[in-house]
Amino acid sequence: MDQPLIQFENVSKKFGQQTILQDTDLTIYKGEVTTIIGKSGVGKSVLLKHIIGLIEPDSGQILFNGEPLSQMTKEQRRAVKRRFSYMFQNTALFDSMTVFDNIALPLKETTRLSDTEIRKKVNDMVERVDLHDIDGKYPSQLSGGMKKRVALARALVTDPETVLFDEPTTGLDPIRKNAVHSMISDYQKKFGFTGIVVSHEIPDVFYISQRIAMLQGGKIVFQGTPEEIQQVTDPEVREFVLGLEGRHDVLTGMAPQPSAEQRLKEEMALLKRHETPFSVLLLTVENLDEINERAGYTAGQTLLKKFAEGLRSRLRISDVCARYGLSRIVVILPQTNREQARSTCAKLAREIELDDIADPKPYAEFSFSVSVGFAEAQKDKPLEHLLVSAESKKNALYEFRLST
Amino acid sequence: MIARLGMGTHSVSALGRWVIFLVQELGRMAVFFSKGFLLIFSLPFQVGKITQQVYFIGMKSIFVICLTAAFTGMVLGLQGYYTLVKFGSEGLLGAAVALSLVRELGPVMTAIMVIGRAGSSVAAEIGIMRISEEIDALETMDIDPIRFLVSPRVAAALISFPLLTAIFDVVGIFGGYLTGSCLLGINPGIYFSRVETSVVMGDVTGGFVKAVAFAVVVSTICCFQGYYTHTRAHGFGAKGVSLSTTSAVVISCVLVLIVDYVLTSFLL
Repeated sequence: MDQPLIQFENVSKKFGQQTILQDTDLTIYKGEVTTIIGKSGVGKSVLLKHIIGLIEPDSGQILFNGEPLSQMTKEQRRAVKRRFSYMFQNTALFDSMTVFDNIALPLKETTRLSDTEIRKKVNDMVERVDLHDIDGKYPSQLSGGMKKRVALARALVTDPETVLFDEPTTGLDPIRKNAVHSMISDYQKKFGFTGIVVSHEIPDVFYISQRIAMLQGGKIVFQGTPEEIQQVTDPEVREFVLGLEGRHDVLTGMAPQPSAEQRLKEEMALLKRHETPFSVLLLTVENLDEINERAGYTAGQTLLKKFAEGLRSRLRISDVCARYGLSRIVVILPQTNREQARSTCAKLAREIELDDIADPKPYAEFSFSVSVGFAEAQKDKPLEHLLVSAESKKNALYEFRLST
Repeated sequence: MIARLGMGTHSVSALGRWVIFLVQELGRMAVFFSKGFLLIFSLPFQVGKITQQVYFIGMKSIFVICLTAAFTGMVLGLQGYYTLVKFGSEGLLGAAVALSLVRELGPVMTAIMVIGRAGSSVAAEIGIMRISEEIDALETMDIDPIRFLVSPRVAAALISFPLLTAIFDVVGIFGGYLTGSCLLGINPGIYFSRVETSVVMGDVTGGFVKAVAFAVVVSTICCFQGYYTHTRAHGFGAKGVSLSTTSAVVISCVLVLIVDYVLTSFLL
């Protein structure tokens, strides 16, 4: 296995009589998004602050690229710190500075960029987080959600290698929440940064994370991939994850991924027992990245939301529609064979029109392309096979490009 | 007997703890000041920030300094006149007013006025930045908070205090003239010639040495109290900031007077 970027070894921390971390072990790999979940007040923020050196552990050590932080010289620690960026839970914006100065501050103080370059970078960043005409405003004149986005902009403006997000989406509406998530995931793909996110947004945050860690009673009680956490048997972890998981995905109004998986298992059981056929459709928005890039993350998420609404209204009431990742939707069609699934696809491609989802168009040559694959379940093949075959080229019969 | 002995050792050890705490605190303040002072000269110079602070600590204090200086001078003129007239030497009023202002009252009153006007707000501002995690945010951005927040204020205090003291001295002398000459009828020529002959360069530099020392004391203590708001025993949030502001003002006033005594005994 690769060398971990950050490693906690038996880290303990007490505040007065209160033990926050007790022999905590945590491993964070380079280029991955790791999400730390856990109940409120369990010490997630304290864990993050250890990484960036705002809090020193009482015992145990934190390794950066295999080297203990405590044994580094001051200069080495500064060099490490320069590669990090931190987004505070309560934003920690400078109240006496304007929004522009807040975002520009790390560039002004730590780089030698000219004023014009700084202005350009800041303006780009402000656009990306979907804030307009607020440069001259002060943080206290903004809403909570806007402040969050300013803090996000400030954390990302220096193109850091590792970004620590302390509840980046708390207090945002569903569209913006998802916009922030897809922004984190996009940036991560583009710049390859390592992300460490403290979040309560289950399961949304699973779509963007490669690794999940759960903190409970001062220890990391689970560490693994989002798929692994769904299968975990430990009652405490299960209860926590299921408890936070909404019955509906807040953005699209569809079922979240885990409940779709549950439904698939149920349908499979029915097929095996009663020979009732079922099929799945797998819809992938192909150019979401491009839309995000050109029209902004909020616009991208709004389109996805409208598309999901259009899709749901055209399906039978017994069909199950579920979010299956950032840009994918899976539809389970009970008692439907391959041919019927094909005609459903054709119907959807015929009926959903661009005007339904984008009116007016965000930019001139705008298109919204969705590829649809379908497959009928076979009782002697595993469920994974069903989704893979729905996704494979052979079945991807329809690709509707909604454009004019 | 044993109980009494226990109480005795208890109070001695409490005194010991207090002294150790005091010495530690003084040491931390000295380190804090030296860091803040040395970082003034780190590149790139923070000219903009220092100018801003000079405007805030110095420029904006001019009005209140002039006002207090005028009244201090006027009171000195009145009191001095009625004391001196008993000995028939009211002609020395100019010397009495000028010397007490230049040597003593100018630097001390200036320092106390600036503590009230700017020192308290510096402590509160930095304290609020501390509790709202803004100082932590600076650290995570690899911006040295002491260089960013403390150095410009120390530099501004070192620039402003002597200048404000000079203004205080001049306005005060004219205040003495107002009561002494215009009100009580001392010949203005005598008043000013006494000022001129009695004040020597040593008095003026002595006053400025005091002003610089007060600048160090005031800027360090006010920044220090704000900066370490979060480490106060019972001060959380807004309460912590209010306690810091109070102790910043009280400690700097007391220390200004103590330092004044020590310096005077050296300078005389």
